[in-house]
Amino acid sequence: MKVELRDITKTFGSVAANDHISLNVDAGTIHGLLGENGAGKSTLMKILSGFFSANSGTTVLNDRPVQYHTPLEALAHGIGMLHQDPLDFPPLSVLDNFMLGERGFIQPRVSARRKLLDTARHLHFKLEPDSLVSTLTPGERQQLEIARLLARGAEVLILDEPTTGISQPQKVQLFATLKHLAGEGKTIIFVTHKLEDVEELCQRVTVLRHGKVVGEVARPFSAQALVRMMFGQALPRVAHPVFYFDETRLRVRDLAVADRRLRLDGVSFDVRAGEVLGFAGLEGSGQRLVLRACGGLLRALHGAIELGGLNLVGRHYRNFLQCGIAYLPAERLGEGLVSGLDLSEHFELARRSRDIVIDWSRARSLSEAKIQEYNIRGRPDSSVEDLSGGNQQRALLALLPVNLKLLLLEQPTRGLDIESASWVWAQLMARRSQGTAIIFISADLDEVLTYADNIIVFSGGHISAPVPARETSVEEIGNLMAGKQFAAN
Amino acid sequence: MDTLIRLLASIVADSSPLVFAVIGETISEKAGVINLSLDGSLMLAAMVGFAAAYTTGDLTIGFIAAMIVGALVALLVAFAGITLKQDQVAVGFILTLLCTDLSSFLGTPFVRVPGPQVTPSPIPMLSEVPVIGPILFNQNLVTYLSFITIVVAWSFMFKTQQGLMLQGVGERPEAAFARGASVQRLRYLYTLLGGALVGFGGAAFSLSVKLGWSYHHTQGFGWIALAIVIFGGWHPVRAAFGAYLFGALQTLGSNLQSEFTSVPIQLFQVAPFALMILVLLITNNAGLDRLLAYLPRDVARIIDRIIRGRAPVALGTNFQQE
Amino acid sequence: MASTSIAPQLSRPLNRLALATLPIILALLVTLIIIVLVGAPPLAVLQRMVEGAFGDDVRRADVIAAWVPLTLCSVGLLLTFTAGLWNIGIEGQIVLGAIGATWVVRTFPSLPAPLLLPLVLLGAALFGAAWGWLAGVLKVYGNVHEIFGGLGLNFVAIGLTNYLIFGPWSQPGRATVSGTEPYPPNAWLPTLEPLRVSPAAVALSLVVLLIVYFSLRGTTWGLQLKAIGHNIRSAFLLGIHTQRNMLLAFALCGACAGLAGAVQTTVTYHRLIPAISSGYGYLAILVALLSAFRAVWVAPIAFVFAALSLGSRPLQIELNLDSSLGGVIQGVLVLMVVIVQGFRKRVR
Repeated sequence: MKVELRDITKTFGSVAANDHISLNVDAGTIHGLLGENGAGKSTLMKILSGFFSANSGTTVLNDRPVQYHTPLEALAHGIGMLHQDPLDFPPLSVLDNFMLGERGFIQPRVSARRKLLDTARHLHFKLEPDSLVSTLTPGERQQLEIARLLARGAEVLILDEPTTGISQPQKVQLFATLKHLAGEGKTIIFVTHKLEDVEELCQRVTVLRHGKVVGEVARPFSAQALVRMMFGQALPRVAHPVFYFDETRLRVRDLAVADRRLRLDGVSFDVRAGEVLGFAGLEGSGQRLVLRACGGLLRALHGAIELGGLNLVGRHYRNFLQCGIAYLPAERLGEGLVSGLDLSEHFELARRSRDIVIDWSRARSLSEAKIQEYNIRGRPDSSVEDLSGGNQQRALLALLPVNLKLLLLEQPTRGLDIESASWVWAQLMARRSQGTAIIFISADLDEVLTYADNIIVFSGGHISAPVPARETSVEEIGNLMAGKQFAAN
Repeated sequence: MDTLIRLLASIVADSSPLVFAVIGETISEKAGVINLSLDGSLMLAAMVGFAAAYTTGDLTIGFIAAMIVGALVALLVAFAGITLKQDQVAVGFILTLLCTDLSSFLGTPFVRVPGPQVTPSPIPMLSEVPVIGPILFNQNLVTYLSFITIVVAWSFMFKTQQGLMLQGVGERPEAAFARGASVQRLRYLYTLLGGALVGFGGAAFSLSVKLGWSYHHTQGFGWIALAIVIFGGWHPVRAAFGAYLFGALQTLGSNLQSEFTSVPIQLFQVAPFALMILVLLITNNAGLDRLLAYLPRDVARIIDRIIRGRAPVALGTNFQQE
Repeated sequence: MASTSIAPQLSRPLNRLALATLPIILALLVTLIIIVLVGAPPLAVLQRMVEGAFGDDVRRADVIAAWVPLTLCSVGLLLTFTAGLWNIGIEGQIVLGAIGATWVVRTFPSLPAPLLLPLVLLGAALFGAAWGWLAGVLKVYGNVHEIFGGLGLNFVAIGLTNYLIFGPWSQPGRATVSGTEPYPPNAWLPTLEPLRVSPAAVALSLVVLLIVYFSLRGTTWGLQLKAIGHNIRSAFLLGIHTQRNMLLAFALCGACAGLAGAVQTTVTYHRLIPAISSGYGYLAILVALLSAFRAVWVAPIAFVFAALSLGSRPLQIELNLDSSLGGVIQGVLVLMVVIVQGFRKRVR
């Protein structure tokens, strides 16, 4: 099916997420939609798949203008979308998920099972109808959604950032499936911010920036040109200074951590004062467990976490805080900030003073000083949930105590614009130069390679030896993440 | 043996109002809406059901009136909770008190007046079957309906496409929306349906089990029903089982009471509530995880499934269609 | 259950005035319909209610007397609501306070009043606090939702009262629903004879109100409670003692409720009776919800509620209507406030 979007505009409040965007995709092709976070890709695709209605513009399928307002109607027109976080039902079984939303009264369990298995076999997927979706890997959940959308007649398949969070073999398989589907005449729209995905897969690519189309190119792609379109200029690769102190700040020995799904044993590593250590790995490979254990938020089963010769395993989270360890969670409003409280209340709480009575005028001036220093766009009485993501992250950094021994960060720049992200890293670099040791998790390999001194890669419950960032590459880390070469270690 | 059979038969009959209530509430909560008003709406429905049946002399009208009352209260919960996005717990609690007072205020003329009641109607043939017959098939129509409700609720929830969507709406409304559900409408529908069942349960009290009307006639049962929904792990059959278990304990209590006169009578009155706390303590406790960790994985998983239920993920939350 | 913030947002005074009158009008309308429905004359009902609450000095004083325990409970609930907790167990905490008060009176029956009465209040507060703390322990360590834990404890508390009244504390020779033997006069909190209101009790509730108002507004602890109520995960990561503070909120709310129980026994009934709480705990939840958890609003709202409750008492005798009409009006009023607030949120 041939897809045309003509002159689509969509605004949220005063922000134009899509500003007169036009897009043409031919039947039987794989078309890339490239752009950094916030460029308007997802909005455009949600319009095409019926989640949003555009303020203006037309959707044309096979040269016929069409109108629809819900995802179901879009699917009836043959357009199916696989969301970054698949819109499935983890507590239900694979078969239930496959059937859910079909017409009829009595569940057609027998025929649906056959249809599911047939579709899966056709796509070379292995899907067990009776397992719970909550036990599947992210890659398998994608496969289930793809199978479901195709079984329900999707001719156009939109995939939103599908390579985030899936393993290398699953990615290889996904790409093979997509090429096979394109060969059968299906139209694939592939949304991503990763150049390598585009280079591997797409025949044409449209680049978005700030809600506008900045260019459309066909194979062969020039990485340089694409980057220039995405960011406006070629991204300068920051040559990170390598210096840290000799003093070992954190010593982790034979640590065992576990949650309901995963257990890691024998985790050992050192971090020196002023060192930046990056944890790389697919989501859910255990990096978060180890980081949480180091921050005192998860009780280790056994082993040692030593800071300045003091073993902290088994201690309460507040002991970790008292030792000069701080933890910055990825969910800024979920675990970091308290929505409903304003900035001065946050700064007052973060002081952890023993004062019984609050001196509000002093609290306000303290908070004004912090707001200035950290360049937060807000006032002392601004509620934190009204701040933008970038300003929330600035506020979180401003809440940290001045002298930290160890700073732990989950996804420090997730969802931030480029300017905020580089500001965050400037702050962190300033802290490390004062001797704070930093450990961070990031799903963005470029970020890990750019800012970490050493990298530990997590895969399937194992960890690699620390790899110096200067001596490695995206490919090597990617291979480690996919579980290759662990035998050699 | 005969005593035992009589005892079991009375447990089955006496539990039927709670069966309707717990299944009704399970349906609402499965769709993601907490109707906390049960203690009040059950009582108001019991009063209205009795009053309607008493005034018209027609039991059917009594049950229908009670169902309408239950559905209306549920409508208020749905309107304030879903459309106006207010805290469902707060609305439910306010309605609990309001309905309780309303039942006292409106029910004054009906206090302790003798009224109509559902009469037993043994099923021919089936009631003759030894043991099972007298327990299950020598009952009244209300009790038979409670059996049917269990079966229908279970089959609807797990064997039909609509039931699957009901679960989807409560688990992940945005995904249900993507598959064509009008989330708000379905939530309204199932909240109202659940409320109507609760109302029916109320009338089952005043017209079949705990006959007549007095001030605060059914006090406490609504809260018990809410606790049983949790105990039942949001599964209609397990919830019904919980209702029977509670009925059995009550009967046991009143029988033990006459056996052991030295034990203070209050102990038996308090026991169900103490037990409710204990059950919630066991089924919700994180310590259970540690205990289960010592067992083989498969055994642990089965035990976990049996004693612990998982609340619908989106229970009590609002869904905002983009 | 919903973990979202339960505090409604009210801002500008003018808006608030308009917002305050609309639900009242709606509530009056609904009440009118209900009254007409039972065939009662609305104007007569209104007249009797006003007379019932404010008709003479005794009745006016009775409203103040009822205002005291209601305010004590509502103020205590501000602490738990601020921490995001639904302390439905407050009914049982009143009951335990009354039991504690009675226990102290029975243990030291001949102490002079200036010594005995403070001891009674202390005992009541401690018993109430213990019962509140228990609901907190079930919640914090046992993962039992406070609504169900508290509710179960309410029924247990009532059972305990009945056991004491009919068992160990029964009047010699006859155990009746009329309660335990009356307190000796030295355990009566002095009232302004012939009125049934105790100035000391009024002063006590005002002091408690001020303390809670100040704690929530100007202390680190109050701010910590607020943070816990809005987002307990973030509060924990900020280094706040979440569990300890929640238990403290439960216990202090229980202490306030316990004091209310002491007032019920030493001022109103002078003994322990089965329904000693008079339902003030549940009613206080409505007061707290209506006040949007602000201490300054608690006093006037509690006054209106007390007047409604007492004003509907004569209806029984004079118009043969059940006195629960007061409760109906209170319930409808709070419901309308919630609904109007919801509409306002929707419009924005």
